[in-house]
Amino acid sequence: MTLDRRNFIKILGSASGVALAGCAGAPSISSGSAGEIMAKTGRRVVVIGGGYGGSIAAKYVRMLDSSIEVVMVERNKQFISCPFSNFYIAGITSDMNALTINYDKLAANHGIKMVYAEVSAIDPAAKTVVTSAGTLTYDRLIVSPGIDFRTEEIEGYNAQTPDIFPHAWKAGAQSTLLRNQLQSMKDGGTVIMSMPLTPYRCPPGPYERSCLIAHYLKQHKPKSKLILLDANPDVVSKKPLFTKAWSTYYKDNFQYIGAKKVTQVNVAGKSVSIEGVEDFKGDVINLIPPQRAANIVVAAGLVGDDKKWCPVDAVSFQSTKHPGIHVIGDATALPSEGPPMPKSGYSANAQAKVCAQNVVNLMNGKEPVEFSGINVCYSALNEHESVSVANVYAVKGGKIISVPNSGGISPADFSQTKAEHVYAASWLRNILTEMST
Amino acid sequence: MKQCWNAALAAGALALSVSAQAAPPTPEMISFSCAGCHGTNGGSAGLSMPSLASQSKTAIIDAMKKFKSGERPSTVMGRLAKGYTDADFEAMGNFFSRQKFHPTAQAVDKAKVAKGSDLQEANCSRCHLDDGKDGKDDTPVMASQWLTYLQMQMDLYQSGKRKMPEKMAEKVKPLSKEDLDALLHFYASVNK
Ligand SMILES: Cc1cc2nc3c(=O)[nH]c(=O)nc-3n(C[C@H](O)[C@H](O)[C@H](O)COP(=O)(O)OP(=O)(O)OC[C@H]3O[C@@H](n4cnc5c(N)ncnc54)[C@H](O)[C@@H]3O)c2cc1C
Ligand code: HEC
Ligand code: HEC
Repeated sequence: MTLDRRNFIKILGSASGVALAGCAGAPSISSGSAGEIMAKTGRRVVVIGGGYGGSIAAKYVRMLDSSIEVVMVERNKQFISCPFSNFYIAGITSDMNALTINYDKLAANHGIKMVYAEVSAIDPAAKTVVTSAGTLTYDRLIVSPGIDFRTEEIEGYNAQTPDIFPHAWKAGAQSTLLRNQLQSMKDGGTVIMSMPLTPYRCPPGPYERSCLIAHYLKQHKPKSKLILLDANPDVVSKKPLFTKAWSTYYKDNFQYIGAKKVTQVNVAGKSVSIEGVEDFKGDVINLIPPQRAANIVVAAGLVGDDKKWCPVDAVSFQSTKHPGIHVIGDATALPSEGPPMPKSGYSANAQAKVCAQNVVNLMNGKEPVEFSGINVCYSALNEHESVSVANVYAVKGGKIISVPNSGGISPADFSQTKAEHVYAASWLRNILTEMST
Repeated sequence: MKQCWNAALAAGALALSVSAQAAPPTPEMISFSCAGCHGTNGGSAGLSMPSLASQSKTAIIDAMKKFKSGERPSTVMGRLAKGYTDADFEAMGNFFSRQKFHPTAQAVDKAKVAKGSDLQEANCSRCHLDDGKDGKDDTPVMASQWLTYLQMQMDLYQSGKRKMPEKMAEKVKPLSKEDLDALLHFYASVNK
């Protein structure tokens, strides 16, 4: 690929280097297009999404270079964490207070400008973001919008289906719905959980949920049972730990069945169908559909040939589709060698920091810095035991790798489960505090 | 490296991928990732993950090496420490020791704090200097450390799973469980 000067500047982004800003002729943008929310005066990064990735990216850009203006666009004034929402669903915690944060302190402490609005379009050429509150111009854009569902792959699924068969894979009203359905189910009822093929948000999440729902049933509805239909042929995360938990604690009320991909729903008949050959009926059906990057990045043409996930560079998280736009978190397809970083909150947090550092470096004409990051996911087995998977990631030859001979899962003898349960709660508190202060 | 990067910029040799020109991770880059558990810049919001902010550099490096070798027991740090080199540990030690002290306001038992305050003078202050605020060499800062963490670590010491420095063991052994708990309440309460 040969680059003429104009392309080159386009790739770097107009304000990517102090020196280049000069040669680009630094056009004045202050005149402002119709509906512009706030005129850009200096260098600006816009962040879309205030979840696990976006809030951290916004914060760290400001921590690393306070001369860059940061505007964060988020549709909700409050963010509710998916991590630990399984405790609420299973009735172990009584509300979602510990899962809920707002952005007031974050914005005040770091001088982040908040725009609470829905983003409807991104124009990579004009470097603008169109929102329900007006447009925003950016020099660099960081997008961490999470996931949406590929419901078109399930026959009979429509806009009302999640009101009957909740996914509870975005925390909030959906979590409450599933919780209420479980609580009002008669003793003796059957709960069906259905989970999609990888990759999906939070690999151990469905298995954690199965443990906690089975725990709830064991305590409150002893004649009831739970069946987990896994579209994958086998358990895809922390297998030795979950299979041990199932056989130790839940052998009487839980059944795992692999290679059961739900392809059709029958809402009236309260059942799901596997390739039209086998039906499962449930009193409560928790259907977690297959996933893709959130709608906004699909619409913006940031997804790859698979039409699902956003390919990015392993160092700066810059989109390989549109320069000047960086994508982090669940929405990404990372260039990886070996098992990829899981789509988790911790991964999104770690990626946000690498991305923020390199966005700042690129905007200051400095060389980027290689990725060094961690992922740890805690999963609860019941109300007093948790296990974890932990890995350290680095970059090798342009790909993200898990550092050899490190990381792994908790010991299978469950000798650490009680201590890890204590630390897991502290993890949630720390990571949410990091996002909100 | 900086020269190379600028040269790459000037030559327009930059493709969409910037990974080819990247510098190795900086101390900040390595340490930022710890914050998801230990808090931004190592200031933990509690209630059990330890703060690392203003910790003694040597104490951090020592802890990481012992986690890596397995000499010090851990739930998760051993698995993580194996992913880093001694140079990385040095970088982490530098980064966290330079962060400012992270005071905490914890629920502590006042009577225990008073008792602990009396006991620490004769038993612990030789090494845990200035009410545990000063971490010297391999001795960690204990002031404002999360009580649950200190208690979990004391349990590991007492069960023999974590090895106590000999001279510390001489002081700890004669003390009762109640005395030790009072001492930990005291250290957790020190926040100025
Ligand atoms: C049940 C469950 C348990 C989990 N447990 C864990 C765990 O223990 N540990 C862990 O690390 N991870 C866990 N996860 C995974 C974690 O929730 C995700 O990986 C994480 O939220 C990804 O962060 P993100 O920034 O990519 O997306 P999100 O955190 O979902 O943030 C996306 C944000 O973008 C906003 N947004 C999207 N589109 C628009 C738009 N068009 N306009 C305006 N705003 C928009 C959304 O409102 C949202 O706030 C769990 C997930 C589930 C479902
Ligand atoms: C998943 C959460 C998690 C992550 C990520 C994490 N830690 Fe820890 N850290 C812990 C826990 C839990 C302990 C207590 C020991 C144990 O059980 O593993 C601890 C203990 C420590 C201690 C000992 C503190 C003391 O006072 O004795 C040090 C030092 C430390 N961690 C450094 C780091 C560094 C540096 C990183 C980043 C490279 C890091 N940690 C990442 C959870 C974490
Ligand atoms: C001779 C010096 C010395 C004395 C005396 C001493 N300590 Fe320590 N202490 C240390 C050192 C060094 C460490 C870190 C060693 C290690 O890695 O285990 C430590 C670690 C600790 C820790 C773990 C902290 C952490 O962050 O993991 C606790 C708790 C503790 N000491 C309590 C006490 C108490 C209580 C007393 C008094 C009864 C005491 N110590 C007396 C030297 C001492």
